[in-house]
Amino acid sequence: MYTKKTLQHFNNPHNYGKIENPDGVGKVGNIVCGDVMWLYIKVEKNKIKDIKFETFGCVAALSTSSVITDLAKGKTLEEALKISKDEVINSLGGLPPVKIHCSVLAVDALTEAIYNYFSKNSKTIPESLEKQHRQLQKEEAMTKEKYKDWVETEEEIHKHGHTHEEEKEEI
Amino acid sequence: MTQKEKVYLDYAASTPVDPKVVKAMLLYFTEKFGNPSSLHSYAQETKEALEQSREKMANFIGAQPKEIIFTSSATESNNLALKGVAFYHQKKGKHILVSSIEHDCVLNSAEWLKKQGFEIEKIPVDKYGTVNPEAVREMIREDTILVSVMHANNEIGTIEPISKIGKICQEKGVLFHTDSAQTFGKIPVDVRKMNVDLLTASSQKMYGPRGAAFLFIKKGTKIEPLIHGGGHESGIRSSTENVAAIVGFTKATELCLKEMKKESERQAKLRDKIIKEILKIPDTFLNGHPKNRLPNNVHFRFSFVEGEAVVMMLDYHGIAASTASACSSPKLEPSHVLLACGLKTQEAHGSLRISLGRWTSEKDVKYLLKVLPKVIEDLRKISPFKKNVY
Repeated sequence: MYTKKTLQHFNNPHNYGKIENPDGVGKVGNIVCGDVMWLYIKVEKNKIKDIKFETFGCVAALSTSSVITDLAKGKTLEEALKISKDEVINSLGGLPPVKIHCSVLAVDALTEAIYNYFSKNSKTIPESLEKQHRQLQKEEAMTKEKYKDWVETEEEIHKHGHTHEEEKEEI
Repeated sequence: MTQKEKVYLDYAASTPVDPKVVKAMLLYFTEKFGNPSSLHSYAQETKEALEQSREKMANFIGAQPKEIIFTSSATESNNLALKGVAFYHQKKGKHILVSSIEHDCVLNSAEWLKKQGFEIEKIPVDKYGTVNPEAVREMIREDTILVSVMHANNEIGTIEPISKIGKICQEKGVLFHTDSAQTFGKIPVDVRKMNVDLLTASSQKMYGPRGAAFLFIKKGTKIEPLIHGGGHESGIRSSTENVAAIVGFTKATELCLKEMKKESERQAKLRDKIIKEILKIPDTFLNGHPKNRLPNNVHFRFSFVEGEAVVMMLDYHGIAASTASACSSPKLEPSHVLLACGLKTQEAHGSLRISLGRWTSEKDVKYLLKVLPKVIEDLRKISPFKKNVY
């Protein structure tokens, strides 16, 4: 089961919401698997000045999102990139084995947000970050292929709140 | 925030044992402990209690005492029904039909039979989770030996047209089994009216103890035993009978039937109130049949949030409910019931089951109606998916 610390983050998540005009955004996960994490960062003097998340998912997805914003806030980008999934898990006092992938998702979201910042500002992208980014893109492409039917609907749901096929049942 | 209330709304998962039931059982642990198969007076006492229970249970469902085989759980009864019939009748055929929304213990028994060379076909359901009896008629073949359709679904509460399906099976000369685990004690169960050859009933969903259940097997229905031993239960289920649990199960049934009409009306009223109020939350849908559903079952789907998070946040507020979302399952797979009803995987994530029971009060419902909309609102604030992007 979940640790007390995990439930604390879940019940009172830190730094949730959206940042208007963010310097970097990382979007990972997919709605079919049930975890979607969108992470926004504001960067000042090479440091993460502000960070917020929007997450669709279970207790583990929400609490890892919350805890990674705590871990990343105030850190330099280089330091933030060093945050590992184990650090996320340890900060929560552990996660059930079946939920470990949620901590990976949080780290991936941060990586992607920082990558997005670097590429938007035409900064030199460290080789290891480039590699990580390409790996994540590859995985995303694989998931998209696996769940072809729904992927177009994800952005639609974000914009309109529903897919066109859905209609409300009245009783 | 401190936890002030504690409200249990997961009666479909398990019920507390009624104190009157506990009282009826106690003697059979301490004083009346004899093995019913022995000869002495200790045995006579328990044998008598056992046979009285069998007689009462038979009366309750319109059966003969000899047609009641006590088992340890609904899972065991369903295993016995499927595997027992399959093995006895395999010379006649190897084709078995099960509905696509059965409980895992039926589906996984069927899966296992598939590995033994049987052919399993799943009967589809409509968007409410209802089996069409005519579809069953069309799917029955020359070599079909068994049809199994549950009386009511454990997740979404839809009640199936059992007597119609049973009639068709009778006409076609195919054995028919129904799993009544969610209905026994809650809505009328009569094996003759329902046209069933086999019926599963369980104690732990109706204020009885765990460890007791039965399988009704209509006289003349041949079945291969799964547990071999001293020949208990007419040789169909060996094992020294769990008399205390069986006595408790019987007492629990008695109490349920006495109050059934009044109690199901009371719960249905609370159920309908919850449905009406919660559907006011935007992007909220009812799963299961709007009318043909268990009096104590409510099942929703909320867009943009995930079920495990909903259940855990309700728990934070002291409310116990359940979900069959993928994230809450050990294999991270969405509910087969919701998928069978035509929901897409991403739509099946935000599911919530609320199940009422004997001790659910209007005050409990009021508290739920106060807390649940707030929980959904809070989780949607965190979610990237929402109607009004702020």
